[in-house]
Amino acid sequence: MRYPVFSSPMKHLQKLIPAAPQLLLALFLFVQAQPARCFEIEEHRWIGPADGVPLRVISTTDTHILAPLIDSFLRRNPGTAVDYTVANSSQVMKAILEGEHQFDVALSSAMDLQTKLANDGYTRPYQSDATARIPPWGEWRSHVFAFSMEPASIVFSTKGFEEQEVPRTRQDLVTLLRAKPERFRGKVGTYDVSLSGLGYLFATQDARTSETYWRLMEVIGSLRPQLFCCSAAMIESVAAGDILVAYNVLGSYARARKDLADKIIVVDPVDYTHLMMRSAVLLRGGAQPKRAEAFVDHLVTAGWSRPLAEDFPFSPPPESLTDTTSGHRPIHLGPGLLVYLDAQKRRRFMAEWFSAVRKEGTPR
Amino acid sequence: MSGTVNVSGSIRRRLLLQLVGSAALLAALLFFAVLGFVRNVAEESHDRILLASASSILDSVSVQSGEITADIPYAALSMLGNVSDDRVFYRITTAGRLLTGYADLPVGRSTGQVAQPLFQTAEYKEESIRVVTLSRRLAVSGAPVLVQVSVAQTRTGQDVQLSQLFRSALYLGVAFFLLASALAYWSAQSSITPLRALTAAISRRGPKDLRPVTRPVPSEMAPLVASLNTFISRLQTSLSRSEDFIAEAAHRVRTPLATVRTQAEVMLMRVDKEANRVGLREMIRAIDESSRAAGQLLDHAMVSFRTDSLEQDDINLTALARELADRLQPVAEMKEITLHFAAETDVRACGDGILIQNAVRNILDNAIKYSPQDSQVWIRVETRDGLARITVEDQAGGFGKEDTEALTQRFVRGANARDTIGSGLGLTIAREVAEAHAGQLLIKNSETGAGACVTLCFPAP
Repeated sequence: MRYPVFSSPMKHLQKLIPAAPQLLLALFLFVQAQPARCFEIEEHRWIGPADGVPLRVISTTDTHILAPLIDSFLRRNPGTAVDYTVANSSQVMKAILEGEHQFDVALSSAMDLQTKLANDGYTRPYQSDATARIPPWGEWRSHVFAFSMEPASIVFSTKGFEEQEVPRTRQDLVTLLRAKPERFRGKVGTYDVSLSGLGYLFATQDARTSETYWRLMEVIGSLRPQLFCCSAAMIESVAAGDILVAYNVLGSYARARKDLADKIIVVDPVDYTHLMMRSAVLLRGGAQPKRAEAFVDHLVTAGWSRPLAEDFPFSPPPESLTDTTSGHRPIHLGPGLLVYLDAQKRRRFMAEWFSAVRKEGTPR
Repeated sequence: MSGTVNVSGSIRRRLLLQLVGSAALLAALLFFAVLGFVRNVAEESHDRILLASASSILDSVSVQSGEITADIPYAALSMLGNVSDDRVFYRITTAGRLLTGYADLPVGRSTGQVAQPLFQTAEYKEESIRVVTLSRRLAVSGAPVLVQVSVAQTRTGQDVQLSQLFRSALYLGVAFFLLASALAYWSAQSSITPLRALTAAISRRGPKDLRPVTRPVPSEMAPLVASLNTFISRLQTSLSRSEDFIAEAAHRVRTPLATVRTQAEVMLMRVDKEANRVGLREMIRAIDESSRAAGQLLDHAMVSFRTDSLEQDDINLTALARELADRLQPVAEMKEITLHFAAETDVRACGDGILIQNAVRNILDNAIKYSPQDSQVWIRVETRDGLARITVEDQAGGFGKEDTEALTQRFVRGANARDTIGSGLGLTIAREVAEAHAGQLLIKNSETGAGACVTLCFPAP
């Protein structure tokens, strides 16, 4: 069973066109329910029965990705609806810091910002049998709960690599890009670290982990790279053949695009692959604390059950996490993540990064 | 030895209470000392990590093209995350203005002393935090600027650690107390062991054992035992003196009595007048009674003396009894009493022949003396139930309903004895002899009810 999905007509209008009466109703509800917002939202949906008690969730994850999990949650909790707001990670942060709109749960891929929320006292602790399943590095202070592990992958265009092996390590990629600069000029993409919180997290963790990263950025910088706001856009761009290589793309998103499976090759570099953990925090002052806890339990149970729950939308994490020879490295939750949020540190890092990729102008 | 003793307190209990009390006091002291110590260590080590974090941040502050910038090392904050899951705050100021971090972090007035860390405990964001502040001077365009770095962490992890330490210290204190109490009980128990041993040794003694205590005792008990020994020897001296005195007196009385009796008999032959003869006979009878009493007193003194150092000879009771019966046969015949002698051959016992003979003679003497004219006295010697027995049964009327036990007390005589010469020492002597040989004197009425049945029992060898 699926609940009707009502969406705000801001970004995803095209998806709603088939159902005109629903759209009218949605608009009506939207006008009713929506106070003025001071932060930029990308999408706003009401999922579940129209008269359900709303659980307010603010998230960086697109609705359609989490929809199966939310559906199963609503099935288990009759009478509940999910008021789901999507924004980018910095806007999620802003929304919570401003505190004008009370949310119950924040879901974010920006582990550093989730950690900061917990550190600065915007969240409340919670412990249950479900949260006990999380490994120590996937949980912080019983405030931040990871529920997925998604790799920072490299996506290659199938067409561009028909006659040649795709690189498996960063060093191989550097060598390849250096060897054929003409072929890859303007055809390489990565996150714009000034636009994407996740891109910034990946870049800073890369910089922490290996010097190769800076060499790679120098090489990419010399090829007039295209910078993107988000993984989805990069994947589309590679599939369309606009670019041949996209570095630091969310592997889970790329692999979820079954429709593009023959157009892209997703590689988790074997030298190391960072695993981002999508995490949930319970916000203080939420109107539905019990429902929020049930929702977190639901997400965490789905994410850490082995085998994975059927409704879990993300690809299973690699088996060999404990294997030290494996390249997969979960980014650990903890106060260390706060370091790159420091304004001074961020400014320095941005300056260094942009000087490496030689982008015109300065970051915001 | 019976009788009430005036008891006040108990050495063992007092000792136990004192030891357990000191154990409790020491355990409490131990608990607080350990707790204080580990708390200090825990706080100090926590402070040190904060200090390491702050100093690594301070090291990262530098001047670049005339501007102070900070490049906080990843490890500076992640090292705090390794210690506990606590919230972390920091602040960097230059010349009093915020460079980066949490502007409202409560930091006390800097001492102004460079490189001297300042530790504080404060409240921030609804939690108790520990703050360390470090400062350093940097030269910017030739002018010194004070850079101050503060790093703070909430104390939840430390509190959890402290409560664990508290529990550990508590367990330690309780374990110490229990162990010390057990040892206290043991030592209280063992300290009175010599007293118990001495008590047992003295209680085990026979009624006539008046030897001094010679077993080794702890020095604290030496005065007590010395006094006891003095007391015993005084008692012994006093007892033996009085027995000597009685024996001496009896001896001294008996010899003149014999002379007087002889004179009286001579006189009786010479006197013809009936009234005088009756008087003389009465006199002889009184002399006999006195003489017999003196004899028994001497016997008793002899028994007392010999039982003090009892000889252990192999005695043939059958032979001994037969010889006595033969010797008393003439006396019995005078009263026309028939002595029946029935004995197993060679009934034996171990002991002092003279004493046993004395005892049997007294019993037999009694039987003949109290028996009426023309009656029977039976003497039986046998081994039964592991005891060698000599039984004398008469037809003298028995003891009625009297307390047969009382008859063996000194100078107590049966109700039917008024008309007969006697001192009341006979059965006493028999009983003392039996008891000295770990035997028994049994007194009851005979089965026919016509007389008494007195049995001397000795353990068969």
